[in-house]
Amino acid sequence: MDSKFTIPKFQLPGFLASLVGKLPQWPHSLALVAGLNAALKMNLLPVDELAALEDKLFRVRVLDTGGEASYTYRNGLFRPVFTPTREPDLAFAANLSAYLQLLARQEDPDTLFFNRELEITGDTELGLIVKNMLDAVEWPKFPGRLPLIHH
Amino acid sequence: MSALPDLICPAGSLPALKAAVDNGADAVYLGFKNDTNARNFAGLNFDQKNMAEGIRYAHAKGCEVLLAINTFPQAGRVGDWQKAVDAAVDLGVDAIILADVGLLDYAARRHPQQRLHLSVQGSATSYEAINFAQREFNVRRAVLPRVLTLAQVEHVIKNTTVEIEVFGFGSLCVMNEGRCWLSSYACGESPNTVGACSPAKYVKWDKKPGAMETRLNGILIDRFGDDEPAGYPTLCKGRFEVQGETYYALEEPTSLNVVSILPEIIKIGVKAIKVEGRQRSPAYVTQVTRTLRAALDSLAAGSERFHVKPAWQAELAKVSEGSQATLGAYNRPWR
Ligand code: SF4
Repeated sequence: MDSKFTIPKFQLPGFLASLVGKLPQWPHSLALVAGLNAALKMNLLPVDELAALEDKLFRVRVLDTGGEASYTYRNGLFRPVFTPTREPDLAFAANLSAYLQLLARQEDPDTLFFNRELEITGDTELGLIVKNMLDAVEWPKFPGRLPLIHH
Repeated sequence: MSALPDLICPAGSLPALKAAVDNGADAVYLGFKNDTNARNFAGLNFDQKNMAEGIRYAHAKGCEVLLAINTFPQAGRVGDWQKAVDAAVDLGVDAIILADVGLLDYAARRHPQQRLHLSVQGSATSYEAINFAQREFNVRRAVLPRVLTLAQVEHVIKNTTVEIEVFGFGSLCVMNEGRCWLSSYACGESPNTVGACSPAKYVKWDKKPGAMETRLNGILIDRFGDDEPAGYPTLCKGRFEVQGETYYALEEPTSLNVVSILPEIIKIGVKAIKVEGRQRSPAYVTQVTRTLRAALDSLAAGSERFHVKPAWQAELAKVSEGSQATLGAYNRPWR
């Protein structure tokens, strides 16, 4: 990502938020899961840490859109969970802009956490593993090379 | 005018190391993926392969690599710490940062050519202690604990030929480096024993209506209202009831920031300025390295026209614990 390009902290205007909230839940989950699986395919995620994620239930909630996605990791793949039947092991809640800032490596999760823009609940150690695992990923420089786009 | 001090930046992962190198660090410091370093958190730090790659990257761009082996060997496992020292030498790091006297002795005898630094965890606050480490172990640099005033730092520098490194930015420990056992009081594990303060498996963030509660091994440490900034879940930064009043009895959740006194720090001859935060993400490393690089570079031509840019302070305040910063002990009236 071009380092000059910055994502401002924003909140979706109410009408847009309510619109996005009406979209079904699955596109979020699928996009997230596809991205994670793409990283897996490229061997970007460390095996040791992945073992700690086995069968854990994760929930990502986007506060301003009202959307949420749950997923799990099982047998070497991330999988969406459309109708979770239990409380997640780890849950994130934040506005869309905070997630985008995190994904672009523009803000650090601790910063967002200190500033109360990111909420993390559940198994704290699992949260740290996920955070450190994603921090350590060396994303390819050219997004065009993502297998996600080729396949 | 003294030369600019080196900017020493933290790297908990390869992307963080590259961020530090690319944004103007003179040196990065890092640790192995085990309890030989004081940031032994799940998923953090370097295995040998990543470390070799990191060293290659840094050296190619003229940046030094310092390796922290800064915890204290645990009974029956001294060999693990010695092996870490040997591995560091084999990897070709520029210096090893050590705290334990036995380990300093081992490193100095076994690898006399290896450059050694005395860790902040070694808790040497006087020039006598530092000169002892120089005489006995040929230590070339000492990292001062964050307990000294600027005048005391100057006094140390005047009385030693060992290079002096001070903390310039980052989260504060309650200033008992190498000696704090608060975390063990709550959960039986401390930075000097397992390499982590308040290990995550004991931490629980509980969302309650209107507030978030932090618990360490069941002990309520703090309760943040919805618009109150949060801090790390350590005992030293908890709010406790003392004589009928509930407040941050030991330390406020806040970060140290020395930008406003950089000219004085340079004038007294500090050799290196360290940024805390190997547990933080590449984004933090980028922001802090870039900002301190700019502040230091603005002093290259002299301090007469130095002024602290509001943008620097805003950037640093944003990434600070509790979203606020302090000069810590450097300008404390009491000692
Ligand atoms: S409790 Fe506070 S002072 Fe003690 S080691 Fe942890 S962070 Fe440092």
